[in-house]
Amino acid sequence: MNSFLSTNAPKFEQVLIAIAAFFTILMVVFYLAGKANGRKQRPMAIVVLLGPAMILLSAGLIVPAIQTILFSFKDANSVKFIGFQNYSWLFANPDMRKVFFNTLLWIVVTPFATTALGLFLAIMLDRMKRESVAKSLLFMPMAISFVGASVIWKFVYDYAVPSKPQTGLLSAIVRALGFKPSNWILTQPLNTFLLMIIFVWVQTGFAMVILSAAIKAVPADIVEASALDGAHGWRLFKNITFPMVRSTTIVVFATMLVTSLKLFDIVRTMTGGNFGTSVISNEMYAEVFVRFDQGRGSALAVILFVFVTPILVYNIRNLRRERSIA
Amino acid sequence: MSISKKGCLATVGVASLSLLATFVTTVAPANAAINCNKVIGTGYAQLKGKTVTMFTSILDPELSKYQKALASFTTCTGIKVKMEGSNQFEALLPVRVKGGNAPDIAIIPQPGLLAQMVATGKAVVAPAQTLKNVNKYWSPGWKGYGSVNGKFYASPNSANMKSLVWYSPKQFAKNGYAVPTTWTQMMTLADKMAAAKQTAFCGGIGSGGATGWPATDWLEEVVVRQFGAKVYADWISHKVKFSDPKIVAAMNTVAAWMLNPKYVGDVKAIATTTFQSAGLGIPTGSCMMLQQASFYAAQYPAGTSVAKNGDVWAFYLPGINSAVKTPVEGGGEFFAAFSKRPEVQELQNYLSTPQWAINRIATAGSGGGWLSANSGVPLSAYKNPLDQLSAKYLADKNSTFVFDASDAMPAAVGAGTEWTQLTSWFADGKSVADVAKAIDDSWPAQ
Repeated sequence: MNSFLSTNAPKFEQVLIAIAAFFTILMVVFYLAGKANGRKQRPMAIVVLLGPAMILLSAGLIVPAIQTILFSFKDANSVKFIGFQNYSWLFANPDMRKVFFNTLLWIVVTPFATTALGLFLAIMLDRMKRESVAKSLLFMPMAISFVGASVIWKFVYDYAVPSKPQTGLLSAIVRALGFKPSNWILTQPLNTFLLMIIFVWVQTGFAMVILSAAIKAVPADIVEASALDGAHGWRLFKNITFPMVRSTTIVVFATMLVTSLKLFDIVRTMTGGNFGTSVISNEMYAEVFVRFDQGRGSALAVILFVFVTPILVYNIRNLRRERSIA
Repeated sequence: MSISKKGCLATVGVASLSLLATFVTTVAPANAAINCNKVIGTGYAQLKGKTVTMFTSILDPELSKYQKALASFTTCTGIKVKMEGSNQFEALLPVRVKGGNAPDIAIIPQPGLLAQMVATGKAVVAPAQTLKNVNKYWSPGWKGYGSVNGKFYASPNSANMKSLVWYSPKQFAKNGYAVPTTWTQMMTLADKMAAAKQTAFCGGIGSGGATGWPATDWLEEVVVRQFGAKVYADWISHKVKFSDPKIVAAMNTVAAWMLNPKYVGDVKAIATTTFQSAGLGIPTGSCMMLQQASFYAAQYPAGTSVAKNGDVWAFYLPGINSAVKTPVEGGGEFFAAFSKRPEVQELQNYLSTPQWAINRIATAGSGGGWLSANSGVPLSAYKNPLDQLSAKYLADKNSTFVFDASDAMPAAVGAGTEWTQLTSWFADGKSVADVAKAIDDSWPAQ
């Protein structure tokens, strides 16, 4: 450990100096800005208060984003510009088309499944006896990372040749029911849906907790009034509860949509992208860090970015509208 | 695909997070008086007070074994060896060499990196005595991997062996099977096992994000066995394509071997079986043979006897074409020098002698794990019988030694389509022609 400190001490020194310099500059700027008054005061305040955030934002987000877009038009080592070749390769390659299709499948199925299941559970568990116990149990998978969850589910989907002892839970269940187990993770397109179940298992608790909070926020007098008017069960849900939690549902749905669009861990851990289960972010990682092709990896990142943007825009506009109503 | 490559990939992924683990230590001279002529050999000048720096990816506890093995050299010549190991070796070496801060000697684990170092113009050719030793003790294949553009730069350090087949001597004895010494014998034996309703070959190519690499090894073993080192080298440089009749023929040989339901049972299951668990059934006879590298011994749980007459043991994967003598696939490391100072050359000379290898093997202890392809090392120097078995073929001067081909191909193929397409070959029953075409199409344009 001594040798580690002695060889790296200069680096720490530099870091400390840089931090000190940063704060000194900030202090000077604040001091000077504080001196300004009159007509200059407001624009000055905007610059001083917004400036650091803008600088950090551009260093951490805007510059890398622009760089990624530039890289997507360059070759594997980011040296030569090659026009749209990376993109044309992505769209011409049959394996890649499968990847896009899988990603589409993920964003169509998983947000619906998690949000609907979350909403269903939130309503069913609402005002139930020992509600918190049931909720805690359902929320628990959320505390596990996708990688951890995948490792657990690997044991569920595990397959052994029929002549050997079966180790997979799913195979055991199927066999107990009198059917023949198959090699789950290999069976296309079933395998993609099996991976989605992991996502739903992890994320449903989260959706349920948020939606349950929204349901609890529905004023009791409205519920009571509608009950007096004869609304029960499905009608109460359709006409009263759901409209009141609609915006929360949309936020949950959008969050799930973005999470499933960016999904990487489950595919990486379960299949490594093999057997026709790969998605965009897995290919992005594989291109950059396994096949060392920055161009194609960046092009995939840009495509992902293009997909995510409209969802984020919709989400933000929705939040704004809600704020203006409130 | 070797373990080192996977380590390297993982390193890239976490490079920004990991601290640079760097250990610097100096070899301390041994106190006991030793017979220098016997321990390190003759012909070394006394160069007291001189120091040679060595940079490597080897870390403790292996690194300290090197230091222990070099102690006698320091005692006898007065040359101190300062070894520095880093887990960022492959990223740092090019930076240090280009920045004018090159170590005197670097232990390079890949022929590609050696070529890259030679291209910087900073690497120096090996001294005459080192070349003489290498000519005398190593097979031409090994010398070739230490050479760039026909000039010899780096003598081999350690070696590892892939061309092994794991089997159970107890099960073989029970069934009256003999260890095959030719490919035809191996297939006849497999037929016999199939007739006895046994699974002749175990297989597993699952390896997370690197799934498929064991299959690339099987194909490589067959390519070198059927067509020799020249075709193998041309295959790596894509002069011989995957769709070339030769490679297609090799793929068909693999298909008749590891994709043959008669021998392996469920072919598809090979794609989802991890390479680690593939051969665990060998001691009980649930499958009989597994082609896998020497490191596979570590997969068996404690209590399994890995011995010539034990639960598991290995035999040399036999050749196919008698014109290709003792084909061996494996890997190794090389000592590349960046200075011509006399003390550096003296150390280079020493590192190319059997004495060095014997001293290094001695520090490995009874567990072994360090092999040299130096034919001057008597097999009796190895305390571990498995090391003895591997060394017998690695150090054969007539052997046809080749490095892992997928490691040497462009990453888009060697860590990309070759893995995924061969996996698809097993998992989806993709045809040989389609697999070959998909890999050829993905070859990066120069």
